[in-house]
Amino acid sequence: MIQGRLLAVFLFVATIAFVVIGTLWPVPSAAAYAGGASIVRSASTPEAAADNLGDEIKAQHWPNAYAALANKAQFSEQDFVRDLTGSDQSLESNATLNNFEVFPLHSDNDSAQVRMKFYWSTVVGTSVSTRDVKIVRDGDHWAPEWPLVKEATVPPQVIPVNYLRWDVIYRGAGDDWGAQDVEAPHVRIIDMHPVQRADGVVLLGEILNEDVVPAYVSVNATLIAKDQKPIGTEGSFDKISHLLLPKQVTPFFILFPDATLSDVGSVHMTPFSTLVPASADPVIEVDNEQITPAPDASLTGQLINQSGRVVSVAHVLGTFYNKSGQVVWVADQYVPTALLPGIAAPFNIHIPEDLAKNISTQRTVVASYTYGGAI
Amino acid sequence: MKLRRAIAFSVLGIAASSSWAQSDLGFPRKVEAGSAFSVQLPGNGQGTLYIVGPGQAIKKDVQLGEAVSFPVGALPNAGHYVAILGGGESGSSEFDVVATGKAADLSFLAKPSRLPVGMRDGISGAVYVFDNYRNLITAPMQVQFELTNPAGAAQTRSVMTRYGAAWSEFDSTAQQGKANFAANADGASSVRVIRQVPGDPCAIKMTAAPAGQKIQLTTDPLRDCSGNAVPDGTIVTFTLAYNGAESTVDVPLKRGIAEVQMPAHAGAMISVASGVVLGNQIRWER
Repeated sequence: MIQGRLLAVFLFVATIAFVVIGTLWPVPSAAAYAGGASIVRSASTPEAAADNLGDEIKAQHWPNAYAALANKAQFSEQDFVRDLTGSDQSLESNATLNNFEVFPLHSDNDSAQVRMKFYWSTVVGTSVSTRDVKIVRDGDHWAPEWPLVKEATVPPQVIPVNYLRWDVIYRGAGDDWGAQDVEAPHVRIIDMHPVQRADGVVLLGEILNEDVVPAYVSVNATLIAKDQKPIGTEGSFDKISHLLLPKQVTPFFILFPDATLSDVGSVHMTPFSTLVPASADPVIEVDNEQITPAPDASLTGQLINQSGRVVSVAHVLGTFYNKSGQVVWVADQYVPTALLPGIAAPFNIHIPEDLAKNISTQRTVVASYTYGGAI
Repeated sequence: MKLRRAIAFSVLGIAASSSWAQSDLGFPRKVEAGSAFSVQLPGNGQGTLYIVGPGQAIKKDVQLGEAVSFPVGALPNAGHYVAILGGGESGSSEFDVVATGKAADLSFLAKPSRLPVGMRDGISGAVYVFDNYRNLITAPMQVQFELTNPAGAAQTRSVMTRYGAAWSEFDSTAQQGKANFAANADGASSVRVIRQVPGDPCAIKMTAAPAGQKIQLTTDPLRDCSGNAVPDGTIVTFTLAYNGAESTVDVPLKRGIAEVQMPAHAGAMISVASGVVLGNQIRWER
């Protein structure tokens, strides 16, 4: 009992001591993020200038970051902030900078070029963006020139949209138990292929909505060992386009961490579908898709929103096939910017290098989410 | 409810422990559910009659030596009942309440509510026949199933119930639309609606035409192999491959056709598909 009281007193005193120490002698970066003094160091080198800019962006000290730019006369602070934080409730709008890296590209006496890699924390995970920033000498210090990407604007107009919309009325609570309810959409797994990867067993496949109504789909899978005991059950989570319109196909990707394919005797797949209200709008064109071979293998392209609604978040899923048409990989990317009507937005999906040589064709689907709308 | 249950159990216990000494009260061995009947009780003086059955317990003060009447609807639930008389005279009786032979209500399970046209044995119907007190009629009874397609043609089938249930299967018709699926038994009927929807497109034919700097791609009206129009909203995928690059668009059918404008590239190969059905290919030379 006495020992317990001593421990409580010790913890109380230690807490008070740490609070006092933290208040009187705060860590500079913590003080800056808490709204205190700026954490900028002397911009005596191009890297230091880039570091200072990154720190100010991370702390969301927009006036300080803007004031440090050498080319601030070319755009307003509002343009600068919008370039970094996006608009229309896109992923960027709700992101915070978690970390950044600076890679020097070249340098001479009066100017330098660095590549800044920003790691943004978003609601769907980390989003990485890269900017090549020119740093110029300004007297005894260096100042970055921000490569502003002007946001495209859509001219005022009326875009008539008359695509289908499906609404659903389910059976009522007071209906007789034999009364009909709306039938769940009929979906079918049209391909499934397990592969062994370094981080576990991956199930790749495709699911088709073969019905005439929209379906909310997901896929669960259970790996069964050779002795018929279950190894584990996992779901596709967000590696799938959950909303499927009639006759639409989505890939799915299910990871079983730390599992080994040689231990697997069979796989039990459980596709799930339910009828949901949906709209056939928006239609998104995937343009100029190209596979870049290894190294840095990737699928690049651009999305063009052909409808009149702004798409807040677009999720691009790429399905990659070998020469015999078998799925060899599924990868995805959330596009950080909103899709404005008619404005192209680029995407870049990374492909594992060891698989890139096996890829012969690909197919891309886009799931879209509109702020304030349904799935 | 708890009180009733306690009374019922205690009465049953008393009846079981002393049944060897009690006389039969003369209840009929079988009573039709909900029907009126009366029983002449033995003895004289006042007594209390308890009747315990499925989901029901009745306590009634009775004049012994006189007939006790049960009005219409007094014993609605089919099952095995026990009657016990307490008071000046004791006795007990066991009897069965059986469902009436007259069907009054059907529980009709029709599956599925939506299916493609031309599916063999795709529609199933199961019927449970109940009397007007919702007792399952277990006696064999004729049930008539009738599936009327959107054009008005009907398929009928008669099935005899077994232990209160009857079921049957039908093919979906070749014509899309709402089909009425009805079940009739002894005047009681129930109707369900089955929506027969088009199947996969039988073929997809696309045409291409220049539209400024782009290509206008349009499909012919899509139909399934029975000639039904594929419904609007069905996704048609256009793919345009050129110089190692691709453009794809998923377009929903609108007024029976799918159309889209895509970038024009000389030598591009354009293909079209919907679900697992592939359409024609066009090579764009302009």
